[in-house]
Amino acid sequence: MYASGKYSSRGPALIPRMKTKHRIYYITLFSVVLLGLIATGMFQFWPHSIESAADWTLDKRSVHDAPLVRLSVSSLIPERGDLSCRMHTCFDVYRCGYNPKNRIKVYIYPLQKFVDELGVPISSTGLSREYNDLLSAISDSDFYTDDVTRACLFIPSIDVLNQNSLRIRETAQALAMLPRWDKGMNHLLFNMLPGGPPDYNTALDVPRDRVLLAGGGFSTWTYRQGYDVSIPVYSPLSADVELPERQPGPRRYFILSSQTAIHREYRAELERLKEENGEALLLLDKCSNLSQGAASARKRCFKGQIYDYPQILQAHWFWEAYFSSMKAIGLTTLQIINDRIYPYAARTYEQWNNPPVVKWSSVNSPLFLPLIPPRAPGFTAVVLTYDRVESLFRVITEISKVPSLAKLLVVWNNQNKSPPEESLWPKIGVPLKVVRTKENKLSNRFFPYDEIETEAVLAIDDDIIMLTSDELQFGYEVWREFPDRLVGYPGRLHLWDHEMGKWKYESEWTNEVSMVLTGAAFYHKYFSYVYTYKMPLDIKNWEYTHMNCEDIAMNFLVANITGKAPIKVTPRKKFKCPECTAIDGLSLDQTHMVERSECINKFASVFGTMPLKVVEHRADPVLYKDDFPEKLKSFPNIGSL
Amino acid sequence: MQAKKRYLTLFSAGACLILVFCFGGIQVPLARGPGRRDDRGVAGHRPGARWRHFPGSLQPFRRWEQDWSDDPDEHASPRGNRDANSGLYGGKRCRMDSCFNFTLCEKNGFKVYVYPQQKGEKMSESYQNILSSIEGSMFYTPDPGQACLFVLSLDTLDRDQLSPQYVHNLKAKVQSLHQWNGGRNHIIFNLYSGTWPDYTEDLGLDIGLAMLAKASISTENFRPGFDVSIPLFSKEHPRTGGERGYLKHNTIPPYRKYVLVFKGKRYLTGIGSDTRNALYHVHNSEDVVLLTTCKHGKDWQKHKDARCDRDNAEYDKYDYREMLYNSTFCLVPRGRRLGSFRFLEALQAACVPVMLSNGWELPFSEIIDWNTAAVIGDERLLLQVIPSTVRSIHQDKILSLRHQTQFLWEAYFNSVEKIVLTTLEIIQDRVLRHTSRSNLMWNSLPGGLFTLPQYSTYLGDFPFYYAKLGVKPYTKFTAIVHVVSPLVSQSQPVMKLLVAVAKSQYCAQVIVVWNCDKPLPAKHRWPVTSVPVIVIEGENKVISSRFLPYDTIPTDAVLSLDEDTVLSTTEVDFAFTVWLSFPDRIVGYPARSHFWDGSKERWGYTSKWTNDYSMVLTGAAIYHKYYHYLYTTYLPASLKSMVDQMSNCEDILMNFLVSSVSKLPPIKVTQKKQYKETMMGQSSRASRWADPDHFAQRQTCMNKFASWFGTMPLVHSQMRLDPVLFKDQVSILRKKYRDIERL
Repeated sequence: MYASGKYSSRGPALIPRMKTKHRIYYITLFSVVLLGLIATGMFQFWPHSIESAADWTLDKRSVHDAPLVRLSVSSLIPERGDLSCRMHTCFDVYRCGYNPKNRIKVYIYPLQKFVDELGVPISSTGLSREYNDLLSAISDSDFYTDDVTRACLFIPSIDVLNQNSLRIRETAQALAMLPRWDKGMNHLLFNMLPGGPPDYNTALDVPRDRVLLAGGGFSTWTYRQGYDVSIPVYSPLSADVELPERQPGPRRYFILSSQTAIHREYRAELERLKEENGEALLLLDKCSNLSQGAASARKRCFKGQIYDYPQILQAHWFWEAYFSSMKAIGLTTLQIINDRIYPYAARTYEQWNNPPVVKWSSVNSPLFLPLIPPRAPGFTAVVLTYDRVESLFRVITEISKVPSLAKLLVVWNNQNKSPPEESLWPKIGVPLKVVRTKENKLSNRFFPYDEIETEAVLAIDDDIIMLTSDELQFGYEVWREFPDRLVGYPGRLHLWDHEMGKWKYESEWTNEVSMVLTGAAFYHKYFSYVYTYKMPLDIKNWEYTHMNCEDIAMNFLVANITGKAPIKVTPRKKFKCPECTAIDGLSLDQTHMVERSECINKFASVFGTMPLKVVEHRADPVLYKDDFPEKLKSFPNIGSL
Repeated sequence: MQAKKRYLTLFSAGACLILVFCFGGIQVPLARGPGRRDDRGVAGHRPGARWRHFPGSLQPFRRWEQDWSDDPDEHASPRGNRDANSGLYGGKRCRMDSCFNFTLCEKNGFKVYVYPQQKGEKMSESYQNILSSIEGSMFYTPDPGQACLFVLSLDTLDRDQLSPQYVHNLKAKVQSLHQWNGGRNHIIFNLYSGTWPDYTEDLGLDIGLAMLAKASISTENFRPGFDVSIPLFSKEHPRTGGERGYLKHNTIPPYRKYVLVFKGKRYLTGIGSDTRNALYHVHNSEDVVLLTTCKHGKDWQKHKDARCDRDNAEYDKYDYREMLYNSTFCLVPRGRRLGSFRFLEALQAACVPVMLSNGWELPFSEIIDWNTAAVIGDERLLLQVIPSTVRSIHQDKILSLRHQTQFLWEAYFNSVEKIVLTTLEIIQDRVLRHTSRSNLMWNSLPGGLFTLPQYSTYLGDFPFYYAKLGVKPYTKFTAIVHVVSPLVSQSQPVMKLLVAVAKSQYCAQVIVVWNCDKPLPAKHRWPVTSVPVIVIEGENKVISSRFLPYDTIPTDAVLSLDEDTVLSTTEVDFAFTVWLSFPDRIVGYPARSHFWDGSKERWGYTSKWTNDYSMVLTGAAIYHKYYHYLYTTYLPASLKSMVDQMSNCEDILMNFLVSSVSKLPPIKVTQKKQYKETMMGQSSRASRWADPDHFAQRQTCMNKFASWFGTMPLVHSQMRLDPVLFKDQVSILRKKYRDIERL
């Protein structure tokens, strides 16, 4: 405070001095701005011109135009490679950091041509066709970045796929010269043919510091668990061969050996097996009597007979997915590393290993644990109503007698009319809440309201007055045994109409059930949440415009997630009045039935499958219809129909 | 004048700005183009460096001429390589190939020998539990000549020299063991190694070629495919049975009161102190509660830092159990050692573990896919990543992570026995590699200990994976009729039963297990049926032979029948259609119940009509063939021989077994209660059911079985399944299973 006071007191004295200098000051200011302007202009225009020039030469460029880098004899050689390297010791995870996509960024060094002091290249092949393909595939993928500052993983463009074509020492020196080398940290090398005669090391012999190695042919001693990636040795043959579709049924050969360079010890063992097993075993080797040519790699022979290779091997989807091309190998490697860096977003074992057929037909419900939840928390009844207050009150009164009822939630779906005053509602022993909705949508009954604090939800229409307290309590007990299913009273069926060639909705009393209607059904609150947030939009719109079929949609949803059928409880088939026929007034309408059939067809097409499962059973109390004192039965009042 | 100058300046500055703007100089902050461009300049990045496919023909990376000219026989001999490996790769570089003698397992299978305990050797309770678990397992052999794996009777669990449990002179004692052989084919269990201050993983003995089953093992010391990482468990960890998982509810949304919690010691200095010292940065005392205390050890006051008093006060405010059970995620940071008790505690509490222990080889990492049950973090990213990662995990993922914690806890961790058996099964899978378990068998219900790959390596042969594979069980069954009385007349119940069962459209085959003392009757005396009837003489004529996994069972489903069971074709058909929906359970007619008899402090068995049931007897029940295999191989000889001696309780034992696998009740179908003629009529024929001793035996069985399982696996159900139109007032002609109503 004191200092600043002193300053301001000296302030006025400064102004005259400024006055004398202001001309120069302004000129300087002006020229600085002008200079800045020119500079920015240059920055703006130059890179553009350079880039377009690069684009222009793109088609004409070739590997021979790569800039030449001359290595000096004394240039640094990296250390051999640390066998104790693990992701947490040799990998700089800060470079990858947290990102919402959980995806690593991969940078590829521009191609350079390294030569020694005498001008001899470090590799006899230079950039190989396969490495070119690999790098191109990566640069076309989501992993790629051309911004070295954002990269988490660096891939040198120095091709080390085949150690035999490399000069080990010079290659190592070249690696160390890469601008971001930093002891090989976060650098990835692809090598398929490691080692050389006579002892054939199982990992690349090029000294490489902390490089992460994607290598073919690791042994368990050279492979660093969770750090290196073991990759297959790509066969250039597979690029230009169409493999035949796999035929179902047993195959001609039981065991096939088409490996050529087999040591005599193994060969002796294989031949012994062949003697024991005969035709089932086919041992192929190089063809000795073929005319010379590259095609010999594509042939295998057994006793003078020639077989096409690799057609003789059978294709498999694993091969298709992960081994068939350099692209597949490269991107699989990156995904594996990505999974290590973001393990919480890693692909699951099933995602990696299940063939598409299994992925399609299998189910994976997050509620997979066989739990029978305790009775005590009870269930929340959610009554959907529009304006039938009298009937609603009757339903409320009836439900309130169910011992396990925890709370009653009335979903008031009428925007034009307010619900009755609080004093008019029936007095019941559990909390009663009214939720008003913004729109008259049937799906409002499935919203996962915060007011629902129990797992179990009873969805019930405001005119279901026939269900007895015993029936409802029993329904809840059955739900506890099957908490991942729809457990309800009105059972329905879908049928295949052979004449029309499409699905048909059936509400007659049948021997089978594939749906239970949510006019009176228990289900887990999880499905409310899934219905609201994950139901295909197509189905939601359909159900909104037709004002129908929300219950069928729920049946599809649950069956699709769990792969299980719903459970119809008790013989109850009449719900609204004793005189009513089984099917209520609305459902009698023929057009309504047609519409519900349409719903089934529509939903089946959206889901891409028919998830509903047909069963022939319903759940009854253990002593139902037994000649046994009624008062000793837990659920005596199970209505007849 | 001054004003003019000011205007001029303002004008010139403005003009400059406009110019700059026009040329795009400050375009970037206003309308940011592809963000990379401006970063490039900063990094000295050369534009055009984007990798593009080089056109034109390039050489392939390998040339065939090169490979083909190579003579493979000039290479080192593979056998020579193998021998060299076993010499080269011992000790720290052991692998199964180089340090394990597979030939020992070839003759007798995977058998485990435990050295006899020597007098005067002190042994911790935990190690005793380990040894008795092995001795009670199906792997145990008392004959070292038959063994493929050897277990020391010297307590190696605690190798912390400062610990009172530390066994001295272990080195010499181990060397003097008869079968030691440099440690080959031995396994050493260890929970603690090394001591203050550096806590190295040194055991203080030369383990040579022996495998380690060790807690808190680091990836550096872990020999992949050779050692087994086991969880750290406490002295109180039960030998058998074990606590169930805590999860009972699936509340939606699945979030609990806290997002992330931790409560534990803080080490101010030394190894493993960094992570815990940094926790306070993330603590927010609302939904992320990470508490540490400095109050441990004798002279903590001497070392305490500025935060200690505040931390200690905060620490005392929260109850650990309360936090554990009310948090979605639980932090498991390393302590002095890599593993901590927090891990198992979190798993049991269904609190998804968030691992912060770099370099810890997680328990049973060889077979458990931990990403499905835990969040594996990096200590280096504690501050940047952990809170945001944990918050970003989707609800569905939380549910499935949580369920997986419970499954894994109950499948592999909740008792010493499970930990030990899992260890042995892992090694067995390595030894018998062609029949090892798949990842799915280990990582999905009911888990690897109940899924024996010797039965089949095809998942579709088990009752557990139909939904996972998207396949259905085979829609036929094999009836197995257990016969103990001789054939005397064509009208005796078994004859009627055979005819009725064989008439079922789902029946593939009937097998008669002939456990009668009389010789086999002539073929023509059996009724003529459309499906084959195979008669097998029971092995030793014991009752367990009805549950043998006969090769002649060609179906997934088995309909198990007593000789005097009365069942109609319709009833068989209906039960089978129900079973198709519940292939992992017992589905059948005769229901029974168990109860806890408080006055006698033991389990009771009742055949009275009750409102619930927990068993369906195998006198008339359908279940998966695999349970025959489990019954025969998984259950201990002691229980089976008890059943055989009494010729009783085999049905109860089967129910115990199936419920302990499925964790669910069996399913009773239809109203039918009496399923035997002897029960229906006033027949005075001698039946084992009328024998009061028979009933008393069953009470005894219940308690014997419960004690072997370590818990009561039976679960009650209150419902039965009837045909959809059962006893409905509609025309009988509309009903598919109309005969069921005629009782």
